[in-house]
Amino acid sequence: MAIEAVDHSHWSPLLGRLWWDAIPPDPIVWATFAGVMLGGIALVAALTYFKVWGYLWKEWFTSVDHKKIGIMYMVLGLVMFIRGFADAIMMRLQQALAFGGSEGYLNAHHFDQVFTAHGVIMIFFAAMPFVTGFMNYVVPLQIGARDVSFPFLNNFSFWMTTSGAVLIMASLFIGEFGQTGWLAYPPLSGIAYSPYVGVDYWIWSLQIAGVGTLLSGVNLICTIVKMRAPGMNMMKMPIFTWTALCTNILIVAAFPVLTAVLTMLSMDRYLGFNFFTNDLGGSAMMYVNLIWIWGHPEVYILILPIFGVFSEITATFCGKRLFGYTSMVYATMVITILSYIVWLHHFFTMGSGASVNSFFGITTMVISIPTGAKLFNWLFTMYRGRIRFELPMMWTVAFMVTFTIGGMTGVLLAVPPADFVLHNSLFLIAHFHNVIIGGVVFGVFAGINFWWPKAFGFKLHEGLGKISFWCWVVGFYLAFMPLYVLGLMGVTRRMRVFDDPSLHIWFIIAAIGAAVIAAGIGAFVLQVAFSIWKRKELACDGDPWGGRTLEWSTTSPPPHYNFAFTPVVHDIDAWEDMKRCDVAAPKSGFLDIHMPRNTGTGIILGGIATVFGFAMIWQIWWLAAITFVGMVGYSIAHTFNYNRDYYIPADEVAETEAAAHGQPLPAGA
Amino acid sequence: MTATTRDTMTNSTATAASPEARTAAFYELEPHHHPEGASTMLGFWIYLMSDCLIFAMLFAAYGVLGGNFAAGPGPKDLFELPLIAVNTAMLLFSSITYGFAMLVMEKGKVRATQGWLLVTAVFGASFLAIELYEFSHLIHEGAGPWRSGFLTAFFSLVGTHGLHVTFGLIWLFTLVVQLSKKGLTPANQRRLQCLSLFWHFLDVIWIGVFTFVYLMGML
Repeated sequence: MAIEAVDHSHWSPLLGRLWWDAIPPDPIVWATFAGVMLGGIALVAALTYFKVWGYLWKEWFTSVDHKKIGIMYMVLGLVMFIRGFADAIMMRLQQALAFGGSEGYLNAHHFDQVFTAHGVIMIFFAAMPFVTGFMNYVVPLQIGARDVSFPFLNNFSFWMTTSGAVLIMASLFIGEFGQTGWLAYPPLSGIAYSPYVGVDYWIWSLQIAGVGTLLSGVNLICTIVKMRAPGMNMMKMPIFTWTALCTNILIVAAFPVLTAVLTMLSMDRYLGFNFFTNDLGGSAMMYVNLIWIWGHPEVYILILPIFGVFSEITATFCGKRLFGYTSMVYATMVITILSYIVWLHHFFTMGSGASVNSFFGITTMVISIPTGAKLFNWLFTMYRGRIRFELPMMWTVAFMVTFTIGGMTGVLLAVPPADFVLHNSLFLIAHFHNVIIGGVVFGVFAGINFWWPKAFGFKLHEGLGKISFWCWVVGFYLAFMPLYVLGLMGVTRRMRVFDDPSLHIWFIIAAIGAAVIAAGIGAFVLQVAFSIWKRKELACDGDPWGGRTLEWSTTSPPPHYNFAFTPVVHDIDAWEDMKRCDVAAPKSGFLDIHMPRNTGTGIILGGIATVFGFAMIWQIWWLAAITFVGMVGYSIAHTFNYNRDYYIPADEVAETEAAAHGQPLPAGA
Repeated sequence: MTATTRDTMTNSTATAASPEARTAAFYELEPHHHPEGASTMLGFWIYLMSDCLIFAMLFAAYGVLGGNFAAGPGPKDLFELPLIAVNTAMLLFSSITYGFAMLVMEKGKVRATQGWLLVTAVFGASFLAIELYEFSHLIHEGAGPWRSGFLTAFFSLVGTHGLHVTFGLIWLFTLVVQLSKKGLTPANQRRLQCLSLFWHFLDVIWIGVFTFVYLMGML
């Protein structure tokens, strides 16, 4: 399956590098493209037929409501998660097939793009939107606020993230994606070794999405610092809000580093600078340091809010206040700080020397202490609690077991001499999937099952949820435990074909595991679809789980303004406190509510940014110039609009409240 | 331990009181006014700190690559300190005049505010003009950013600062127009304060550049 060398040097003023050779010479891609196009056309036709474009535009795309933006983030995350999982299945299949002289079904050019895209998509466009979606949806509700500090910025951030996702999807059919691995180390990612558009797609999709991530970080910090309900001091904040605060501090303190390093790489590629080149005084090692100074905090950006999700779920389903609230807060802060001084453990073998390696090895091991404290807090919360094993709690228990195993292999890898043996092997791959799937992905499913009733007013179907759960847990162990074994046998990552037949069985088991996970994803999609169909039977009131924090004190789904009256907080677990004191929500005396107005600026700027990124990737300079000026001009024009808010009249609030309190009945009532 | 704390009434007064009193203790029933844009200054400050990190990375890159001349020219061959001194003076003056703009803004004088903003813009533009002259001069001498790691880091650090000043200028002119249209409304005052933070921030960064790149380069 040799790849024919294609000459990509064509450039024209009108289309830049875009030419017929941009169509990948690969039937698999053509078939996918045909499938996506058919699906897309069907979707557009259906949306047009049912006349929902206007509704989508008015109620969702231009909405500055943090709840709707949160849900849109979750949808984006789910779509991209399925794309990333398709890449995973392709890799598992290739590695299970390519034995005994077989080349498998993917050529090297395609396989390298698949593993690169898998990593990039899963981290940036699946896990990040999931986490941001949760924070967007839940944080303002938990702190008793009506929206975030900067509602327009929130909408804009979402569309910038989506813009990056659109670019990365475009790379599948137009041109190519990077073949560098998800962090694109130079000199491989430099212009000499990656001359075509793959790395440029990587750069611009991350650069544009990064703007969104950074701004939403600023937004949520301000929201948490400035907009808490009266009485909620910092040590009365729900744990999820605490972890969200620390996460957003990490985002603001880490993403600029990514922006800087991506810009440097672009300068090398576009203008012949020498940041990371082999010759003329560049330093590729500097890239590896800089990218991991962002990259290590990034993994904590993903896991910290998920720790918060598990904390809320554990307390709720054990019917107890979280054990060790204060230690949980301090553990979160310690992890936040430590995550900045461990980055070098990603490249112990690159020659920093024994003393530097020892420092970073020790700091890495130290992180397991606050993390361990968290685990014990969850365990002690469960101890003598009345545990209800509903779906969110099941995911939590699975997380506690799985994440502990992943954490222990992580401490193992933190020992530099052990890392010299295991680095770059499938052991490492098994380790980080162990913590990311066992931590983040399990947490996302726990959180979806937990907060879905809040967002939509009905629960997710439990039977299908259990099928999804068991497929995921069993599939995970089947898919990744063999990789530990293979890693210990010395198999390196990102390999396309294998010679040693004794390895084969482990890859086959891993492929079966991936298939079981696929069944888990299928069951989840079914669970959602079935629950929407049966939403009348599954309907619930505002507080279906016996919740403890303020999001459960309002109706499900919450009204546009979240709370008709701002709650006053006296204790941790404010809603539990209200229930204990038997407080009734006021039924009259409603006031006008001040709310931000919807705007189309976010989606329009996001759209222009997508075209700008595309023009930069393909070096269509005239289009890049126009779209850049367009973005700046449109942003300036937006600042001339001073009319950004309105009042919901008290009568309308009264009507909404009356309707909401009459409507949601528990199942069977 | 937690099992018992659960049962302790944290708000025993509230439970003893009448239902209405409990409701009043747990909900804000009176209208309260949120000052508009209360988070703006905090948010902008946090954004500035993130921008500061970008500069930190560029300084770090200069620290790593600054000695890699690749057999090309070094700082002593290239920098003209008198020119840079004039340049620095332009930027420092622009910060002072921005300060004057803020003082007259406090007094509610729209025209004077616009006047000082425009003076600030003149200084800012002069700074940029001198920087562009320096850059074109260097490139003309064959010391462009592609020549060596040192020049790559130099052009990127100084150029990024220059780009920020450019955006500051565009923002400044936008605000001059908005002042004409709306006057010194709370929203416009907030915007002026944000730009003020931004402008002085760029001054601080430049002092770092002047010290670490130019002065220490000439040692």
